Amino acid sequence: MKFTGTVLKYGDNVDTDVIIPARYLNTIDKKELASHCMEDIDLDFTKKVKNGDIMVAGFNFGCGSSREHAPIAIKESGISLVIAKSFARIFYRNSINIGLAIVECPAAADAIANGDEVEADLDNGVILDKTTGESFKTEPFPAFIQEIITNGGLVESIKKGIIK
Amino acid sequence: MAMTMTQKILAAHAGLEKVEAGQLVLVSLDRVLGNDITSPVAIREFNKFGFDNVYDKDKVTMVMDHFAPNKDIKAAVQCKMCRDFCSEKEITHFYDVGRMGIEHALLPEKGLVVAGDAVIGADSHTCTYGALGAFSTGVGSTDMACGMAIGKAWFKVPSAIKFVLKGQLNEHISGKDVILHIIGKIGVDGALYKSMEFCGEGLRSLTIYDRLTMANMAIEAGAKNGIFEVDEQTIEYIKAHSDREPVIYKADEDAAYDEVIEIDLSQIKSTVAFPHLPENTHTTDEIGEIVIDQVVIGSCTNGHYKDIEEAAMIIKGKKVAKNVRAIIIPATQDIYLKAVENGLVKIFVEAGCVVSTPTCGPCLGGYMGILAKGERAVATTNRNFVGRMGDVESEVYLASPAVAAASAILGRIADPKEVM
Repeated sequence: MKFTGTVLKYGDNVDTDVIIPARYLNTIDKKELASHCMEDIDLDFTKKVKNGDIMVAGFNFGCGSSREHAPIAIKESGISLVIAKSFARIFYRNSINIGLAIVECPAAADAIANGDEVEADLDNGVILDKTTGESFKTEPFPAFIQEIITNGGLVESIKKGIIK
Repeated sequence: MAMTMTQKILAAHAGLEKVEAGQLVLVSLDRVLGNDITSPVAIREFNKFGFDNVYDKDKVTMVMDHFAPNKDIKAAVQCKMCRDFCSEKEITHFYDVGRMGIEHALLPEKGLVVAGDAVIGADSHTCTYGALGAFSTGVGSTDMACGMAIGKAWFKVPSAIKFVLKGQLNEHISGKDVILHIIGKIGVDGALYKSMEFCGEGLRSLTIYDRLTMANMAIEAGAKNGIFEVDEQTIEYIKAHSDREPVIYKADEDAAYDEVIEIDLSQIKSTVAFPHLPENTHTTDEIGEIVIDQVVIGSCTNGHYKDIEEAAMIIKGKKVAKNVRAIIIPATQDIYLKAVENGLVKIFVEAGCVVSTPTCGPCLGGYMGILAKGERAVATTNRNFVGRMGDVESEVYLASPAVAAASAILGRIADPKEVM
């Protein structure tokens, strides 16, 4: 899994209420959800975000509500990868289950600045900040989780009989 | 190897003799829960399997509580999608308006969770049932869909923080103050990926409702689950609500914990979490005058009968402050009826409160009490994030029913002792 994109950076404890406010949870339409992504923390997000962009954030990203609408909105808005210092656990598993690429890397999340161009190669565990030239190592996912990701998410993994 | 309570339940449901922290396991589920905003996404995913039926029509449970009674046309469509699905799949435990309550108050009341169960719910506050000695945790809609399909979910076995409770609570202090105190102490990611296990002689002074409130907010410390050691009170509650036999798991004496934290309940004061994180806690004796516009007493955290009754006893014979809207939301139909029969609704209405039928409503900024820019609410709910109850420039202060009731009377954040 390789990703290249421009960084949109946020702080610690970005909760799912600001990623997708509950007032928009009366729909499951992915495009509609994406049109309100990050609205309560960054009103211009939907105007700025380009296909393939990379989101970088601090500790406890995606805390709060279990709403899968949050990773769905981020994925649908065009974000290819989320790098954070840590993820809240429900957001973490939801992202894996729906096939939104995420990676925990505190050093990268600290150093990478808003607007930097970043290249991430998760197979080899390397994140490169092309703007500064600095590179960072990431830990691989456990084999079981890697298998879910490779097979296109949890539903596909069950359909293929990998999980039964 | 020695195991924690949570690890024992996970091992039993994974068909393993033992598990250890960090291990990935596939767990058989006793219940799979969803509500009117998470179930529609789960139904869309479930339909991708092409299965005719869910894994067990008695174990899949849906509760229409977040935007129900339908707040708008789109919410009506979502509830209808759930209703049609449950009708087609002959789901036994589908709770619609008139029978529903706020899910995490309703399931224990209906006896749908007992000690020793493994439960997932597409709602982060599913961790509530740890109060009954069950492993229960919030997941997303895809997990719910897969749970409905095969009755299983994958988990990384968590390590744990042990909370040893001693002493007993003072008057007007409740489980909400204890859990806010704990979150203030360890932070909103203080228990990230971990279990919070509660034990110790102090448990005796905590009612089941105090425990439900505390387990409910384990997620606000980032925890996978919060779980209480089972005692006579737990068994008594379960026997009164369910025909199923509880299975009691006790942590091994030498189980490994990441941390052991002792909490002296007699030292806990009325505690309020300031915007915009549940960890921003202050005790009522150290805050200045904070004028408020609204009070909400209800939610899966504090909408139990005991909570509503405690608020009523404080409000009784007094009037809500002129500039405050006080909204009372009993969490289930049974609680609502009991509040009517015992005269609590009369007390509230005479004081100038409004009493709503069960709904999550304002807690997540859905409806029934949305805040305008610059407005402040004291709420017995569980989250005070930016924009949680309305405008991004509104504020939510989290507190116990006693503090919320006193605040409604005085029009500012207040300690119950000030009005009693």
